[in-house]
Amino acid sequence: MEDRPGDDQPQLPPPSLWPVGFAVGIVCLLVGLVVSWPVAAVGAVLALVFGFLWARDVATGGRAVPGLPPEEPAAEAPAMPEPAPGERFPRNKFLEGATLGLGAVIGGIVTLPAVGFALLPAFVKQGAHEVDLGPVDDFPENKFVVATFMRNPAQGEITRQTAFIRNNGLLAGKPSFTCISNRCAHLGCPVQAGGPLFEGQKKVEKTANGEVTLIPALPAAGFICPCHGGAYDQEGNRTAGPPVRGLDRYEFLIREGRLILGNTFSVAYVDGAGASARIHRYELSGPGQHVDGPEAWLYPLQPPH
Amino acid sequence: MASKKTGRKQQMGAAVMYPLDWLEERSGLVGGIKYFLFRKVPGDTSWWHTLGSATLTAFLVQLVTGVILAMYYKPSPAEAHSSVEHITNDLTLGWLVRGMHRWGASVFIILMFMHMGRVFLFGAYKYPRELNWIVGVLLLATGLFEGLTGYLLPFDQTAYWATVVAVNINGTAPFLGPYIASVLRGGAEIGPDTLARFYSLHMLLIPGALMGLIGLHLYLIVRLGVTSPPWSKEAAELPDPESPPPARSGLTQPGPRASGVRRRPTE
Repeated sequence: MEDRPGDDQPQLPPPSLWPVGFAVGIVCLLVGLVVSWPVAAVGAVLALVFGFLWARDVATGGRAVPGLPPEEPAAEAPAMPEPAPGERFPRNKFLEGATLGLGAVIGGIVTLPAVGFALLPAFVKQGAHEVDLGPVDDFPENKFVVATFMRNPAQGEITRQTAFIRNNGLLAGKPSFTCISNRCAHLGCPVQAGGPLFEGQKKVEKTANGEVTLIPALPAAGFICPCHGGAYDQEGNRTAGPPVRGLDRYEFLIREGRLILGNTFSVAYVDGAGASARIHRYELSGPGQHVDGPEAWLYPLQPPH
Repeated sequence: MASKKTGRKQQMGAAVMYPLDWLEERSGLVGGIKYFLFRKVPGDTSWWHTLGSATLTAFLVQLVTGVILAMYYKPSPAEAHSSVEHITNDLTLGWLVRGMHRWGASVFIILMFMHMGRVFLFGAYKYPRELNWIVGVLLLATGLFEGLTGYLLPFDQTAYWATVVAVNINGTAPFLGPYIASVLRGGAEIGPDTLARFYSLHMLLIPGALMGLIGLHLYLIVRLGVTSPPWSKEAAELPDPESPPPARSGLTQPGPRASGVRRRPTE
């Protein structure tokens, strides 16, 4: 590739103030449109005059600039020594670092809140909602009732859950209930009562949790999961299949004669049955996660629920 | 008469070429596309080598049909299933586009596995193409995640319980599992946010990742060239020392590594 004249130096237009005047005129015109007509008129005149002068300059190929002699092609003593190829000035390095650093800071400022917004709501303000299941009289002693309810009526049908409730009678003068969650401890499918449901005796209670459906059941074979064949006894202990622990349970309390369900917790297994059962209780864990034994070391920290 | 005809032909050609030349001079795009489409491949490239392009085509079909489905789909628990039924039963040609997206998803996954099998059996993952194998594995995982998130969107019983099980399987991963499950659900339980979250992942985040990875995959293919099949006689030949190497010889022709296994046909 041969050198062409002018390749090594940019072809600059001669210095001229006319474009500046033209720009000032345009600004004046635009401001005047908002502020007052005379200002706009002055701006228009300025823009016209300077635009004309600029155009004449360009058309005649530029004025001769008197004060500046044509540049010498080669200065004898360069002010700075020619840098070796690859050598970099400190300012150059600083500017590169500053650009990268500032870019990272700006990127972080933009990205971190977005990532936090994407991830954190899954962990905070996850408090469980109390569930009002209706009067205690709806739960006959030592019989299971299949209760379905909305955990959070504000969020609608998607929060519908099912619990197996059994009134165990009194324990030391206080009412005792067994409240088993139907979420299988294998992978979360809904376990079913292993026995007849008495649909004819179905009750629908209108409570603060929307419609609560109560269907008496006789789970003679305990609870069975349709997905992968997990089986549990009437206390929710695993008896067969892939589940790693017993069925989860709800805390409960009686308020003004009504049965209220509270938080859910996980259960490794239950000793005994009914009111005198000893529940080996653990923090609520996801299905398929061990809560006791060496495998529980794999799940040391549960996210806040 | 004939000369007039050729003259007109030349004029027509010039009229076609003028905008292309204009574009090429300013962007180099025409040359770039030619470089991409008309690059050299080994002579014994076979139909097996088309599985990758087939997978890309399936992905493009998913892209187009998905964009159109998003115009009618409503990602809220109350409306999701009814909007899918509306698309399928009421809207003109909705059954076709949804069917293409639904079955195309399986086609995409199956083609990915077939392409992967071809690359494995041909030994095309070997030096210097290991990185492209790794990108391909990432594409496979990302594609499967796309299938998982899309499966929830019809929001029927199958979709819901399949997602419950899938999220809980993720939850059983050691240490981080419970957190992964919570992030996927957008909370401790499956709720209204879960559907919107899966929708956003399915139509924005994962397709973006897929497109970026596909771009990288194609770049490496264009850079490294296509492998000959393992039974290739061409690839077993030594390069002719008389003839200059082809313009982008590199990896379409054997280098010194192939010299040890040289076997000429005996006839």
